[in-house]
Amino acid sequence: MTDAKQLSLEDNFQAKVDAEIKIEPKDWMPEKYRKTLIRQISQHAHSEIVGMLPEGNWITRAPSLRRKLGLLAKVQDEAGHGLYLYSACETLGIERDTLLDQLHTGKAKYSSIFNYPTTTWADIGAIGWLVDGAAIMNQVPICRCSYGPYARAMVRVCKEESFHQRQGFEILLTLSKGTDEQRAMLQDAVNRWWWPSVMMFGPSDKDSPNTAQSMKWKIKRFTNDDLRQKFVDVCVGQAEILGVTLPDPDLKYNEETGHWDFGTINWDEFWQVVKGNGPCNRQRLNARKKAHEEGAWVREAAMAYAEKQEQCEVASVAKVA
Amino acid sequence: MNNTNHLNYILRLADSPMILGQRLSEWCGHGPILEQDIALTNIALDFIGQARNLYQYAAKFEAKGRTEDDFAFLRDPLKYKNVLLVEQPNGNWGQTIMRQFLYDSFNFYFYNELKNSTDTQISAIAEKSLKEIKYHLRYSSEWTARLGDGTEESHMKMQNALDELWMYTGELCTPDALDEEAAKAGIGVDLNKIHPYVEEKVDAILRRATLQKPESNWMQKGGKQGQHSEHLGFILAEMQFMQRAYPGAEW
Repeated sequence: MTDAKQLSLEDNFQAKVDAEIKIEPKDWMPEKYRKTLIRQISQHAHSEIVGMLPEGNWITRAPSLRRKLGLLAKVQDEAGHGLYLYSACETLGIERDTLLDQLHTGKAKYSSIFNYPTTTWADIGAIGWLVDGAAIMNQVPICRCSYGPYARAMVRVCKEESFHQRQGFEILLTLSKGTDEQRAMLQDAVNRWWWPSVMMFGPSDKDSPNTAQSMKWKIKRFTNDDLRQKFVDVCVGQAEILGVTLPDPDLKYNEETGHWDFGTINWDEFWQVVKGNGPCNRQRLNARKKAHEEGAWVREAAMAYAEKQEQCEVASVAKVA
Repeated sequence: MNNTNHLNYILRLADSPMILGQRLSEWCGHGPILEQDIALTNIALDFIGQARNLYQYAAKFEAKGRTEDDFAFLRDPLKYKNVLLVEQPNGNWGQTIMRQFLYDSFNFYFYNELKNSTDTQISAIAEKSLKEIKYHLRYSSEWTARLGDGTEESHMKMQNALDELWMYTGELCTPDALDEEAAKAGIGVDLNKIHPYVEEKVDAILRRATLQKPESNWMQKGGKQGQHSEHLGFILAEMQFMQRAYPGAEW
């Protein structure tokens, strides 16, 4: 392809993006746009699947039948989100098996938040309130992402996520009205999940070199720091309703900006967890690998059976003919 | 049928789906294929939902202030009257599918009769559950055939699963005094009546799956009388932990 032709394709692409016309799988797109999307969508899909583990941890111990059904359905929703997202990613020309290999070999990342342990029932509420809350802040703008299949998958995901967030908040609200032990459990969970949730928005804008390009391509609509601020602002009022203290002595309302100022994020911790040194990185990845490896014979058998069925059909058609 | 026996029969109906749902929910997040993880979780949701409906009815029927959660979370193994089959460990995916298939084959014909119960509440719950149960049987039959007649390895795994689980199938269709009384009162199911249908279904699918029914016909029993395998204690220890550790708390 000549340089001039390449340039006009790129201009044409950018013009479509600027005009808010969705890019569809068969449309021309810059290679880097495709790669960025594959990385982002697969990371998102993996997060849904790995995210099933910390919560799944409490399904068998949920404290009432109503809560057990709610949690089971929620974790199942996460699996469904994983499924839509893997499908959206496949439209960019990559197989689910390859994506799974990338997860299992550590080449692909998933949200670091799921490398923290769920040690009490209150964690299930805290994940719903804070983790799903942060995820929604991140994901609602993606419903307007320039890439059609991703945007459409996110519309469905966001509807369910917002239900999960309310469910999580309601779990915590119940604890807040409960016994001293329940209130202590609630505060402890908030103490542990607050900062990791604030970190979910990723590195600060000055350390996020890809943001500008992603915003130009309308994959991203807001910067990490903007979204983080929005999240903190929303949570302060909700924490008050729950009667919990957010574990940040520097949290203070700023009359001038109209936002809540918050303390310094521990980026060392963030990068350590990203690198694999969080409390549960190994357990999470091992659990995924184990499920995949132990399921190999099931997948092989299903393939073998399908082939046999197909041969039978061919044989019976041949007989009739 | 006196009220105590009537209540015990409702609880017996509830306990098997409760324990099977609990067992199946252990798979959530660990399935061999994402689509099947979702499908099995659906089945777990159905069973726990069915158990919940029945416990709610039991609470209303008893009318002594106990709730659905009291029945599920505050009864010991001796009071649980689920069949032995459902408390058996998940094992590998094939064992879970085999356990499911053996249970579903019985459960479908059982509910098909239970919907005619003279107890209108039981009948309504059965009617509603039957739609789900029909799907369960289709799902587990398909997977039993697929894995039985898949590869050499999958065939071997399914045959082993069948050999392990077969001895727990006997009590499904063997009536005890309570079953007989409930059937006679028109509230429960005549197990002798459904037995041949269950057998026919199992045989047909096992044939399709190229699996051999074990020769030994020795059957374990006791679940329906509260005499369980060692597994149930562990299931309940995990399931009931919160309610036992924080008595009276609201969640």
